[in-house]
Amino acid sequence: MAELKTELNLAFPDDFYEALVALHRGLTDEQSEMANARLILLLANHIGDMSVLREAMRVAREDVDGDDGENTKAQD
Amino acid sequence: MVAMEPSVSLKQQAASASPDGRVAYPVVIVGAGPVGLTAGIDLGLHGIDTLLLDQDEALSEGSRAICFSKRTLEVLDRLGCAERAVAKGVVWNTGKVFLRDRLLYQFNLQPEAGHRRPAFINLQQYYLEQYLQNRLREHPQVELRWRSKVVGVEPRSDGVLVEVDGPDGRYQIAAQYLVACDGSRSSIREMLGLEARGQVFRDRFLIADVKMQADFPAERWFWFDPPFHPRQSALLHRQADDVWRIDFQLGWDADPELERQPERVIPRIEAMLGPERPFQLEWVSVYTFRCRRMERFRHGRVLFAGDAAHQVSPFGARGANSGIQDADNLVWKLARVLRKSAPESLLDSYDAERGPAADENILHSTRSTDFITPKSRVSRAFRDAALQLARSHPFARALVNSGRLSVPHTYRQSPLSTRDHDGFAGGPVPGAPAADAPLDIEPDTMWLIDRLGSRFVALYFAGAAPPSASVCSRLQGLANLAEPVHAIVLCEGGQAAQWHARGVDAFEDAEGLAARRYDAHPETLYLLRPDQHVAARWRRLEVRAVRDAVARAIGVLGPEYSAWQS
Repeated sequence: MAELKTELNLAFPDDFYEALVALHRGLTDEQSEMANARLILLLANHIGDMSVLREAMRVAREDVDGDDGENTKAQD
Repeated sequence: MVAMEPSVSLKQQAASASPDGRVAYPVVIVGAGPVGLTAGIDLGLHGIDTLLLDQDEALSEGSRAICFSKRTLEVLDRLGCAERAVAKGVVWNTGKVFLRDRLLYQFNLQPEAGHRRPAFINLQQYYLEQYLQNRLREHPQVELRWRSKVVGVEPRSDGVLVEVDGPDGRYQIAAQYLVACDGSRSSIREMLGLEARGQVFRDRFLIADVKMQADFPAERWFWFDPPFHPRQSALLHRQADDVWRIDFQLGWDADPELERQPERVIPRIEAMLGPERPFQLEWVSVYTFRCRRMERFRHGRVLFAGDAAHQVSPFGARGANSGIQDADNLVWKLARVLRKSAPESLLDSYDAERGPAADENILHSTRSTDFITPKSRVSRAFRDAALQLARSHPFARALVNSGRLSVPHTYRQSPLSTRDHDGFAGGPVPGAPAADAPLDIEPDTMWLIDRLGSRFVALYFAGAAPPSASVCSRLQGLANLAEPVHAIVLCEGGQAAQWHARGVDAFEDAEGLAARRYDAHPETLYLLRPDQHVAARWRRLEVRAVRDAVARAIGVLGPEYSAWQS
């Protein structure tokens, strides 16, 4: 079972970050929301490992509402 | 050994006899919909006197449940009444999902041949009820009383007192067991102060049955955001008699009274079908749905089945199908408990097996509903993203959820199953329903599923070996167990006649499909329960192991076991 990598895994982090921001250039908020949703689905399928995805969801939520992320286990 | 009458004290409690003068029944079923009728027929087959009560007269109104699954048809085959339903119904295996005006993808629910029954038939519920009623009438031991409303239920330790308000007044009867199949608003549940808990979905749907001539194929068509009904979903499905089921998602703010008016409904249908196609409106209903269940399906002598016990949204055809499978699970157990050939605790396994089945249905149904009716802005964004991606990226098609269609539940944690000790790489696991396969006996192909019946079956795979005296005598000996087990041999290489000559029921697995579907080697043995689910399986025939597994499957464990053996 693979673990979520939280040490640096990108060879060129600045390039990635620039590309991520550039992805949204010229999009309305609504279009950006759609692009983000599509990006998450594409990446999730690429990763494929449910335990990595669950861990990423937990960490993603962790500092957002101070919750420990347990709620991401709900079906919603 | 037959002790099927309620106790004297219980009978004395029944103050006034029912119209036929009888005061007591082994089983009273409340509700003569598909679930109650199925239970009634099955009890009749098991020779149990049964009274079936329904507050209405005759058939249900409107098409209601329309999709009946392969497993349901197999249950009805066991009861001897699937043929008319299949002949009348519309057979389908293919579903198509559209986004706006374009096909996103299609799926085939039964991609392989060699099964007696298709993945689904579509048939108006009133037709199914009619065929079930016809079959029920062939069982003199089962009586069906219309316009008979249960107005009182009094559970006792040895039975249930039931007060009935019938066409000729009120009366009271004693039942050893009461089976409540009285639907999602179960009055039995209410009278006993019990609840079904879950969630209501904040959405409304319009169902319209229309009669029209159309050459659309017999497939399930589901649209997200179609041009004729923007920003909502729609479903088109063919039923018997050129009647088509159309569902329109309306949203939570829709006014149900207004939306069922023909002047509102007809333009919606015209927008879908085009102005040049004439149709007649047969039935209209506006509904919201909920997913909920009772915490337990057995309350002493009262057993809940179908929508009374659990309720799901209609996407997935999991309502009537799961209810019919409840009855399938319950009746063989109830019959044995009534005959005292199994302990009463066997009835607890009804809840232990059908509870997880309900949970599985509710899970799938809730997921479908969340996809079709996203509850938040972000969940709508993910839904729309999945739909958009599905056009050109195959992975996203698996995320699109327009209903995950009913498949039978596997009783994985069943207390009645004997865990595998031998190695199996495939085949139905203990708790799973039996797999069908064609059996080739010239001139007619028969089906394995039809040979099983309503009894314990030992399914022995003999390969091409000729019958040995030792195997024959062991297989035949299974019929003498306290719970008789009927042996069926599946063989290859034209050996069936040899087995028959030795008095063993045998069939030719001509295409080897049965052996493949059961991951069978020569000498593999499956023990099937009377509801055709697998109780145990082995790589070799050992009578003691079969006997132990049968005992476990009828709930005989521990100290009861030595008494049961004798």
